[in-house]
Amino acid sequence: MKFRLFTLACLSFLTVAFSACTDDADVTTPAAGTLDVEVDHLVGNVPLVLNTGTYTTSSGQQFTVSTFNYYLSNIKLRKADGTEYAEPESYHLLKQSDAVTKSFTLTNVPAGDYTALTFTIGVDSARNVSGAQTGALDPANGMFWTWNSGYIYTKLEGSSPQAGGNKQLLFHIGGFKKPNNTIRIVSPSLNGATIQIRKDRTPAVHLAADVLKMFTGPNPIDFSTLSNTMGGSNSVKVADNQAAGMFRVDHVHAN
Amino acid sequence: MFRNLTVRLALAGLAGLLAGGCTTDADVAPDWEVPGTQVPANFPAPVYATSQNPPTREAFELGRTLFYDPRLSRTGDISCGSCHQQFVAFAHQDHRVSHGVDNLLGTRNAPALQNLRWRSEFLWDGGAKNLETMPLAPITNPVEMDETLENILYKLNADAGYQQRFAQVYGRKPIDSQQLLKALAQFTAAFTSSHSRYDQYSRHEAGGELSAGELRGLTLLRQKCGSCHAGELFTDETYRNNGLDRSFAADSGRAHITGRPQDVGRFKVPSLRNVALTPPYMHDGRFQTLRQVLDHYADGMLESATLDAQFRQAGTRPGISLSENEKADLMAFLQTLTDTEFIQDKRLAEAR
Repeated sequence: MKFRLFTLACLSFLTVAFSACTDDADVTTPAAGTLDVEVDHLVGNVPLVLNTGTYTTSSGQQFTVSTFNYYLSNIKLRKADGTEYAEPESYHLLKQSDAVTKSFTLTNVPAGDYTALTFTIGVDSARNVSGAQTGALDPANGMFWTWNSGYIYTKLEGSSPQAGGNKQLLFHIGGFKKPNNTIRIVSPSLNGATIQIRKDRTPAVHLAADVLKMFTGPNPIDFSTLSNTMGGSNSVKVADNQAAGMFRVDHVHAN
Repeated sequence: MFRNLTVRLALAGLAGLLAGGCTTDADVAPDWEVPGTQVPANFPAPVYATSQNPPTREAFELGRTLFYDPRLSRTGDISCGSCHQQFVAFAHQDHRVSHGVDNLLGTRNAPALQNLRWRSEFLWDGGAKNLETMPLAPITNPVEMDETLENILYKLNADAGYQQRFAQVYGRKPIDSQQLLKALAQFTAAFTSSHSRYDQYSRHEAGGELSAGELRGLTLLRQKCGSCHAGELFTDETYRNNGLDRSFAADSGRAHITGRPQDVGRFKVPSLRNVALTPPYMHDGRFQTLRQVLDHYADGMLESATLDAQFRQAGTRPGISLSENEKADLMAFLQTLTDTEFIQDKRLAEAR
C-alpha cells in the first residue's frame, strides 16, 4: 500500500512537471506548415509541348520532344540562420506527359522564413543500390536500368533532323559512379524572396525547368555528334549543362 | 488448410523431439525454419542481412513459386529455374550460354546461384548491384525472359491465388514490383551452401576428414589460386582477365559496365563452391571439365593488355605453374566443395 501511494505521488509530480513543459512548448515549438512546389517545363521562353512542338537550339538545330521525365529529390530548405529542413523520403518523378506529377506538396515543414532551396537532379547514390523501391522510385516507372542497375535521372527522347542515323534523340542521363557520376545538386536562387512557412498558409515555389539548357552551357551539344547517350561520359556533359541553370525559381507565392 | 496444419503440427512435433535433447523449452522451437537464414560459423557477415527482408515462411514460399513460374517470361515457358537448376547448384547443365525465350541464346554461361547474400554485385560484369533488383536483368533481357515488369504485374494481379498470397504477406494491394522483387529475394537469399565436406573440415565437424591428396590440394589452392579464389567463399569478388582470349570483341566484360579500357576482358571471379557440379566453365562456358580449366591455367593462357598481373611470370609465358600431380590434388580438393545437402534441400525445389 505504501508503495502504491508513493507511485501515485510520483505520477502526480510527473503529470505536473509534464504539463508545465507542454505549456512552454506551445510557445517555443514552431508550428508546421506546407509548401507547394510547382514546376513548369519550358523550352527557352515557350512551354514544352510533347510531339508537336518544334524547337531550335542556340546553334540553330531543330528538335522535337516525345518524352521528358526526371527525378527531383532530396529537397532541402534553409533559413538565414543556417537551420535546415530536409523533406523525408524526398523522391519526385516529374513527367511532362502527366500534369499531376508537376506539382507536389511538402508537408510538416517547420514554420519559419526560408531563404534557400536545394535539391538533387537525379537520385542519390544510396538509393541506386538499395534494393526494391516503391512509389516514385519503383523500377516499373521505366526510369531504372536493369543491365547496369541504377536510376535514369533524366529521360529526354525526341527527334532532330540533325541527329545521325534514324534522327532520334535519346538522352538517358544517369550513373552514380566516378568518373561518370551524373547526380547534380542545385540551389537555384530565390531572387531575394523568402519562403514563409506558417501554420495557416500554403506558400508555393514555382520552378521553371528549361529543356534547352540541357544542350547549352559549359558543354554545347551538337546533335550531329551526340544524339544518343545512356550514361557514361557524354551523359556527364549533359548533367553539367543541367546543373549550370536548367532550373530556376520563377517566383514564390506567399499565399 | 487442414493438411497444411497437420504438416505443421507434425513438423513442430518433430522439431520438439529433436530439440528436446538440448533445450529445456522445446515449445519455442520454430515449426519450420526458412533455409539459409543462419550465418555459417566459417562465413563472413553477409552483405544482404536478413533484417533487410525478414524471412518468413509465407514470403519464402511465395518467392519459391515465383522463381519456378514461367509466366515471368514473355512467352510463358522460361522461369528463373529454367536456367538455374537445383541439382547442379542452380547453374544450367549442358548449356554453354543462357537459353531464353524463342530458343534464343545469350552470350554468357548461367552461373551457379549460391551464397548470394554475401554478394554486393551480380552477373559476370557486376552490372546488377542488389540481390533484390538483380532479377530485373534476366527478366527484361530480350534473349532471356524478355518480359516487362508492367506485364508481369498485370499477370500476377490477374491471378486470384497470387493476389491472396501477396496480400497475406504484404498486406496491401495491388501486387507491385517491390513486393515481387522482395518475395523473389526471400527465396534466392535462402541459397546458402555451407554443408560441403570442406565446410565440415573447416568447422572441425564430424565427417570433415580430408584425405592426404585433398589436403595437399587445399594447400595448393590457397598458395596458387587463393589470391582470387579467396576466403571461405572462394572468391574475392573482383573482376579479372584470366587469359582466355587475345581480344574481347564479343564480350568486353567489366568494361561493358565501367566503360574503362583497363576493364576490357575482365569478368567476375566465380566462387569455387559446388564447382564439380557446374560445368561448363568460364563466362562463355567454353570448358567442359575441371581438367580443361586447370590445363588452361597451367599452359593455355593468352596474352593481352589487361591480363591479370597474378598470371605474369618472369621470363616465361603467363599462367600458373602446375605439375600433373598438383592438378590431380587440386581436382581432388575441388570435389570436397560439393554440398549435397544444398542441392537436395526439398525446400528449395520446385513445389510439386
